[in-house]
Amino acid sequence: MTDIIRKNKKTLLEKEKKLGLILLLPTILMVLSVVIFPLLANFWISFKPVSLGDLRPPNLIVKERIKERLSDNIQLAEIQYRFRNSSIKYDLENVIFKDIIPNGYTVKDIQPAQFCRLKLKELTCNLNNVSSRSSGKIILKVHKNDQWQKDLDNPKKTKPVVTFSSKNVLTSFEFDTENFKKIFSASEFFEVLKVSFYYTIFGTAGALLVGLLAAQILQKSFKGRSIVRGLLLFPYVSPVIAVAFAWVILFDPFSGIINSMLVQMNVIDKPINFFGQKYTDIIIFGYVFKFPLALSMVIAFEIWRYFPLSFLFILARMQSFPEEVYDAAKLDGASPFQQFYYISLPFLIGIMSILFLLRFIWTFNKFDDIFLLTGGNAGTRTFTVNVYEQAFAISNLGAGAAVAVVIFIFLLTFSLLFIRFSKKETF
Amino acid sequence: MFWKYGLFFSILSGGIWGIFWQIFFTIVGILTLGTPLSLELSQIMIIGPLAGIFYIKSQKFLSLKYHIIAIIIISFLIFISHLGNSYQGKDENRLIIFLLILLTSFFIWISLNHSLNNLSPGKLSKHDIESFYIKFMWGIGLIVLILITLIPFYIMIMTSLKNQQSLILNPLDLSVNLNTDFKTLFSSYIELFTNFNFHLFLFNSFIVSCATVMITLFFSIPGAYALARLRIPNKKIFSGTVILIYLIPSIVLIIPLYAIFTYMGLRNSLFGLILVYPATTIPVALYMLRGYFSALSSEIDDAALMDGLSRIQIILKIAIPLSKPAIVSVGLYVFMIAWNEFLIAFMFLDDPNIFTLSRGIMSLNSSEIPQQHLMAGAVIATIPVMVIFLYLEKFLISGLSTGGVKE
Repeated sequence: MTDIIRKNKKTLLEKEKKLGLILLLPTILMVLSVVIFPLLANFWISFKPVSLGDLRPPNLIVKERIKERLSDNIQLAEIQYRFRNSSIKYDLENVIFKDIIPNGYTVKDIQPAQFCRLKLKELTCNLNNVSSRSSGKIILKVHKNDQWQKDLDNPKKTKPVVTFSSKNVLTSFEFDTENFKKIFSASEFFEVLKVSFYYTIFGTAGALLVGLLAAQILQKSFKGRSIVRGLLLFPYVSPVIAVAFAWVILFDPFSGIINSMLVQMNVIDKPINFFGQKYTDIIIFGYVFKFPLALSMVIAFEIWRYFPLSFLFILARMQSFPEEVYDAAKLDGASPFQQFYYISLPFLIGIMSILFLLRFIWTFNKFDDIFLLTGGNAGTRTFTVNVYEQAFAISNLGAGAAVAVVIFIFLLTFSLLFIRFSKKETF
Repeated sequence: MFWKYGLFFSILSGGIWGIFWQIFFTIVGILTLGTPLSLELSQIMIIGPLAGIFYIKSQKFLSLKYHIIAIIIISFLIFISHLGNSYQGKDENRLIIFLLILLTSFFIWISLNHSLNNLSPGKLSKHDIESFYIKFMWGIGLIVLILITLIPFYIMIMTSLKNQQSLILNPLDLSVNLNTDFKTLFSSYIELFTNFNFHLFLFNSFIVSCATVMITLFFSIPGAYALARLRIPNKKIFSGTVILIYLIPSIVLIIPLYAIFTYMGLRNSLFGLILVYPATTIPVALYMLRGYFSALSSEIDDAALMDGLSRIQIILKIAIPLSKPAIVSVGLYVFMIAWNEFLIAFMFLDDPNIFTLSRGIMSLNSSEIPQQHLMAGAVIATIPVMVIFLYLEKFLISGLSTGGVKE
């Protein structure tokens, strides 16, 4: 009896295992093909000298033209095939093209003769190698035979079929480390590294602090609290493109409100280009500081847009906290700051460290915001913007992929830290 | 020590609230009058603390009458102290300026009433001092927070309702002239829908987002159920991998995706987007839904199994109906992610007929197209998300804070 139960249990387990895997399979396949495979492909590309132009595969373009169309009284005609290698970089090998000559035509002469053969009605031209940028033409002299019918036989009806092989940098097995050498030796590498970490650290910490502050403010119940809580989440839920451009227009040097306001209130003499100026001089007690203006603006945007998230998590955690503990602390004579420091903060430190790491990772990976605000100019080029810059602005996909590899390595390090941390704290 | 006395706090809060409201209403003044007003802080630095002292000394016998008298006295002081300088403004603006002064005093007094309430002028206990600071910062913090959050949105809406001429003439005019007729007021919107194909962009965004939601839910509901309920080997590793995968940003994947999709001829198509988006949203949905399914009692499942239902039937007939609100909120969250997505749409789409809203707005960002069109586009993209958000705020907040987070 127990045997049967055990056996049943075992088969039930087997069944569950199988079903579970079947249910998860679509997800696994999707993630494999759109995340894991591209990730590996990114490594592959980073070791290759691929440019944006290489994505358009080299092709042999063949155009068929008819000179002297046959008609009732024109006996002789000429069919021309003009071909051209569309690539400016790669040669084409084993080029063969085929076409069918209509029944009503008899081929008299082919020029140049050495490439082409005519078998029944099928024309086969073996062009061997067509080097990059080169072109040529093949001319067929034809005349009409007794099968010819007006309007029926048009040589253009059948399209020439081209086959060829060519070298493809993307799929070949040639690798080099040029891309990595290039990005690491570039003078701007350390600048990018510095900017990335400034942005990430100040953006993350700022958003977390403002979030904590907002949570403290909204913990007190007052009229309209739920409305305010909803309002504060607006920056986070709206499309990045909308809010980024709103900021750009708000701070515009020519027609922006902030600038004209500051000028009218005599705070500044002339408008400041907030998102386009790398440094501004700030004079404190006679010392001149170079203040990284554009970078600070981008960080301010990051804080503005993402404090709602920290705020939401911290508030949720605070509201799950038993009220009695505060009452007891009050009875013991703890002051409000002591309550915050000795009760709330230790209770929140777990969620805050998780949030910090999570936000740190995402801020480090942030692209859209900086790209839309400054385009990575004026000292705001982080690694993510550099990927775009290298790959699509300079058209060097390989170098862009190499930067992406650097980002991925950072990401992996941070994530491992995150997983180790989150084991202690569940959220 | 003087900083332990109530009097000190009354001076401090009087000064700070005075400066705060002075700045605030100077800005309001500039915006409503459209004339330059210079920011005068020196007078208010004396009047504010005086008001604070007045409040703390007299609060024992404050009544409505006293409140009104106090506000009038403060207004009078501000008015007197500004005689002869630019705050006076032109004759036709005198009424507005007087109103602004009245409002400044009113708000200074209200704020003092809030932060100094029940504070005695004498020596205070530590508890009272800290309560004062907290109350004081609470007030300022709340106002600043709301203002900073909302200003960019206000600018967005206001700019979109202006015309080029008034924007250049006076960038500081933040008012919206509601007296003009519908056509001039919404001219940018009309322009976008008639000449810039925004109806197409809206439609494309809608199609892509809906398809993403459907594919995501179709994949993640069974997957989340399996992770929550079934005994699968290495479940923990799988869950960990899910988290790791949704930390991978699209910028790391964009180059290979661009290359592969170009080769396959899928790049410049909405179908390509519909292939990529779910892969970025499935991990989030899986993570959130797994949480909800785990919270459901497993006894129902066991009872259903005893009654002879298969696991698939349980998912369809029990798990999905029971977690309908959760599924709706996850679906809407995914909709928002897809709707707001910028990078992939920007990289993939070249053909203006298949632009999504994000991509379409990007194409408005040029020096040839006026700012108000750009902002009208931004408003069009924001409104649907806002409507969804306000409608489902509670769901989303609980979903966001219990489940995962995704950009």
